[in-house]
Amino acid sequence: MMDALDHFLAMGGYARFVWPAYALAVLVLAAMAVQSYCAWRRQQALWSAFEATRPQRRR
Amino acid sequence: MTAFWALVARDLRLALRQGSDAALVVAFFVLAVVLFPFGVGPEPQLLARIAAGVVWVTALLAALLSLDRLFQQDYEDGSLEVIALAPLPLEAAVLAKCLAHWLTTGLPLAVVGPALAALLRLDGAGYLPLIFAMALGTPSLSLVGAVGASLSLGARRAGVLLSLLVLPLYIPVLIFGVAAVEQAVAGFPIRPHLLILTALLLAALPLAPWAAAAALRPALE
Amino acid sequence: MQRFANPGRFMRLSSRVMPWCGAGASIGLAVGLYLALLVAPPDYQQGEAVRIMFVHVPAAWMASFVYAFLALASAVALIWRHPLADIAAQAAAPLGAGFTLLCLVTGSLWGEPMWGTWWVWDARLTSVLVLFFLYVGYIAVVNGFDDPTRGARAGAVLALVGVVNLPIIKFSVDWWNTLHQPASVFRVGGPTIDRSMLVPLLIMAVAFMLYFATLLMLRMRTAIVASRVRAARLGEIEVIPEPQGGHQAAGSVT
Repeated sequence: MMDALDHFLAMGGYARFVWPAYALAVLVLAAMAVQSYCAWRRQQALWSAFEATRPQRRR
Repeated sequence: MTAFWALVARDLRLALRQGSDAALVVAFFVLAVVLFPFGVGPEPQLLARIAAGVVWVTALLAALLSLDRLFQQDYEDGSLEVIALAPLPLEAAVLAKCLAHWLTTGLPLAVVGPALAALLRLDGAGYLPLIFAMALGTPSLSLVGAVGASLSLGARRAGVLLSLLVLPLYIPVLIFGVAAVEQAVAGFPIRPHLLILTALLLAALPLAPWAAAAALRPALE
Repeated sequence: MQRFANPGRFMRLSSRVMPWCGAGASIGLAVGLYLALLVAPPDYQQGEAVRIMFVHVPAAWMASFVYAFLALASAVALIWRHPLADIAAQAAAPLGAGFTLLCLVTGSLWGEPMWGTWWVWDARLTSVLVLFFLYVGYIAVVNGFDDPTRGARAGAVLALVGVVNLPIIKFSVDWWNTLHQPASVFRVGGPTIDRSMLVPLLIMAVAFMLYFATLLMLRMRTAIVASRVRAARLGEIEVIPEPQGGHQAAGSVT
């Protein structure tokens, strides 16, 4: 069992290339998502703050 | 047509009146090339090996430096708006300004280039190809540069923005311009490289004025 | 197309579509990663290093696709002045830059064991590097002006000028003698790659695409809300009410 895991992690000797590649993919994808989501939350907060300060307009 | 040539003549007159502009570009070209023997050492074989590349790259940078006077001065004193309102189409006006720019920047660079290549001990077979390649390549530099200059007009860090925009677009001219010289030195035919430089120029001639005019219009609104 | 020019309608549509795209992307990535790392066989020449292909190639496809999208949106913005076109282009650019960076770095990580070098100035690698500079240049131009409209216009022109790089990227491996291998999927005559590797590759590609679509919609929604905040602060107009099928005030979204 551990042999299989070791074999998997070693990636046939190419571990130091394959794993950084996948790690970077995860990192880039996550960073794009996090940055996009944080920007969205920020704008939503600004909008809500604005909505709260003004009287209700006609619908 | 006369309006076109009138604009070219006007730009030439302005450039010659402020003769220092063109002279500064050439002076930068010379100084930058002369730095290389100091930097990499005076060994003739090394210098000869890098001569084509060094001459071309510094010519590019010198052309880049001169681009801000293509539109910036006219923009600042309002003449650009007058030019845009004139009957001459804006694309033609851009072409006229590019022609004047090339005559006062690219052409001097192309003339001085071979002399600087001699300083770097370029092999004898490379000089004529260098002259042809620079004659074909420098107009493209003015045209593509006009696109960058019009895009960055009035921007906050216009100079840096201009470099960022224009240098990647200069790379094809650089690649084939240097290849023409190095292939000639190595004894191979250079017609393909010169043909590609010609093709780049022919593509830039209609496209660059169109793109630059499209970028100038919002700046003049 | 004019039907979709309404930002309010886009907000409603995207709020319905986004969750599906997001779910699809997550599932696709999970399945794709599982297949890529555990199921796909090692290559007889490259061994386990071939697994880098499953992130490098989809990233490369996205890098070019997003730029094509950017250029198309820019053309629509310039020609038809569609209000969402600029927003779409500007939302896509950072995503495209991210995919391009991923493509370049994973390519280097693949190149070192396979070619013996981290980088080579062949036509394919160089043109993809130029693509990265084009993305960075686009973002810089759009943000380089105090007037956002001018920035948007200048960026659109740059995007169209840089389109010439796309066919160069695609055909560079055919036109020049490159170290980078020729096309093995999108080619006349069909893919030359074995099904056991093609399937994980395509699943990863679809997952990346859905991921892009999700984040694009999120970023566009953010931009629309931001423009509403800006307009409301200027106090010039009545604000768009919550998407309840309400009317839309003129000039409310730039």
